[in-house]
Amino acid sequence: MSLSDAEVRKIAWLARIEINGDDIAAYARDLSGILDLIEQMNEADTSDVTPMAHPLAQAQRLRPDIVTEEDQRELFQSLAPQVESGLYLVPKVIE
Amino acid sequence: MHNKTITELSAGLQAREYSSLELTELFLSRIRRHSKQLNCFVTVTEERALADAKVADAARSKGRAGPLTGIPLAHKDIFCTKGVKTSCGSKILDNFVAPYDATVADRCRAAGMVLLGKLNMDEFAMGSSNETSYYGPVRNPWDADSVPGGSSGGSAAAVAARLTPAATGTDTGGSIRQPASFCGITGLKPTYGRVSRYGMIAFASSLDQGGPMARTAEDAALVMQAMAGFDEKDSTSVDRSVPDYRAELNNSIDGLKIGVPKEFFEEGLNEDIAALIESAIDQYRRLGAQVKPISLPNMKLSVPAYYVVAPAECSANLSRYDGVRYGYRCEVPKDLADLYSRSRGEGFGAEVKRRILIGTYALSAGYYDTYYLKAQKVRHLISDDFKNAFEQVDVLVGPTAPSTAFGLGEKTDDPIAMYLSDIFTIGANLAGVPAISIPVGFVGDKPVGMQLIGNYFAEERLLNWAHRYQQATDWHTRMPEGFE
Repeated sequence: MSLSDAEVRKIAWLARIEINGDDIAAYARDLSGILDLIEQMNEADTSDVTPMAHPLAQAQRLRPDIVTEEDQRELFQSLAPQVESGLYLVPKVIE
Repeated sequence: MHNKTITELSAGLQAREYSSLELTELFLSRIRRHSKQLNCFVTVTEERALADAKVADAARSKGRAGPLTGIPLAHKDIFCTKGVKTSCGSKILDNFVAPYDATVADRCRAAGMVLLGKLNMDEFAMGSSNETSYYGPVRNPWDADSVPGGSSGGSAAAVAARLTPAATGTDTGGSIRQPASFCGITGLKPTYGRVSRYGMIAFASSLDQGGPMARTAEDAALVMQAMAGFDEKDSTSVDRSVPDYRAELNNSIDGLKIGVPKEFFEEGLNEDIAALIESAIDQYRRLGAQVKPISLPNMKLSVPAYYVVAPAECSANLSRYDGVRYGYRCEVPKDLADLYSRSRGEGFGAEVKRRILIGTYALSAGYYDTYYLKAQKVRHLISDDFKNAFEQVDVLVGPTAPSTAFGLGEKTDDPIAMYLSDIFTIGANLAGVPAISIPVGFVGDKPVGMQLIGNYFAEERLLNWAHRYQQATDWHTRMPEGFE
């Protein structure tokens, strides 16, 4: 499996990770190598095998729908790059 | 004194031979002297350590001391520690001061342990050499030109160099056991769900598991006692009582059934390592164990399946680093898409990017069945191999890693070669079973670890088997030169 530079650009866009143009070829080479490694699993016949999502086949635990956490908005917002009036700021989305 | 085990230090504290404050100052001074050359600490929490030690001494004077009260410890920098920088080895979290404690950090503190600092690691625990850290590689105390292993490389190096009596680590594909092997210490990866993942920064959530790293199985048992147990804050935590790990340590191992998977000794294993594992197995025979050959026929599929499951889960988990709510934000973003893409592009290192990209690709429209579904099926085959093996034997043993610590820079240009250094450890993560690595000798000047893999929730038995071996041998007492 070999990924083209264009495919790497598309994946990087889906992942919202900017990759410098100079580095695209190296990523294409490395990712293609990893896909070759991954494709070794095609040697296994899995037609009758069920997929395994959890090591202990556990179901997700539920809890009563009651409030257990206190409000820590100020503490959490103190970590943000940019906040104003309790809101997280990002560049303007709609002109 | 720094060469004493936790059990010995605990006895000294109880006998009032020294205070926790004196002990803590001793380890802090060792950290000041040695940690720069090893680069094993990201943050040293000196003030916090001294304050914790005073609390521990006060508790002891009131007769309220447990076996870990006043014992120093350092956390892998993946565990959130309230008010203390928690970087996960990444530029994207370089400015992140955790607003809460991980359950593991909370429980270690509740047990009276003293926090010395936060340990270097591969970025987001993605690596096998500690070379992907934003803070630079950690050096192996046994050989400054070699890696300590990874991703818990700082933890392993700090314990081996006696800069802390014990450390926490996490293991997603071998990240406790492989560095334990490379640095000549004892490291336990518990059963998935045994130790809470709350506040442990997520990499691959169906595989990640925290565990203790220490010099001996007995010390690992003590720290494990504090770490383990049900936590309602972790939805995958298992609600099951925790045994008294120390009480089981000295049980006889007469009649223990050891299985030796032949796949561990096939291509790629260094001959000298194979010989050391054979001689450790002979030691178990002398202790009364029966040994039989066994097979894990799908082991060769574990690395390929892992490099779908782990990147897929990582690509989802790491989508939270968006430059909006915390962590690194790029300068002057021109729009929202630019803010996301450049913050992540500039904030993540190359290996993390590779894994996010692979995971994004594997989960993208049209590829799910080919990659993720197929990998989940292969994971079932691998898990069934372990299930079948544990119907015949109590424990599986083999080398922890196919080589001793490799050279700094030796594998950084070849991701696949790096990935294959986890060939023997990944299976236990995919199946979710516990495993421990213990030192069993040296090749040249470098330590070699042997891995014991047990059935689900067999931690107390793994610690017992490891302890009995350590009672009969002295590999775990060896100390790297220059750190006396």
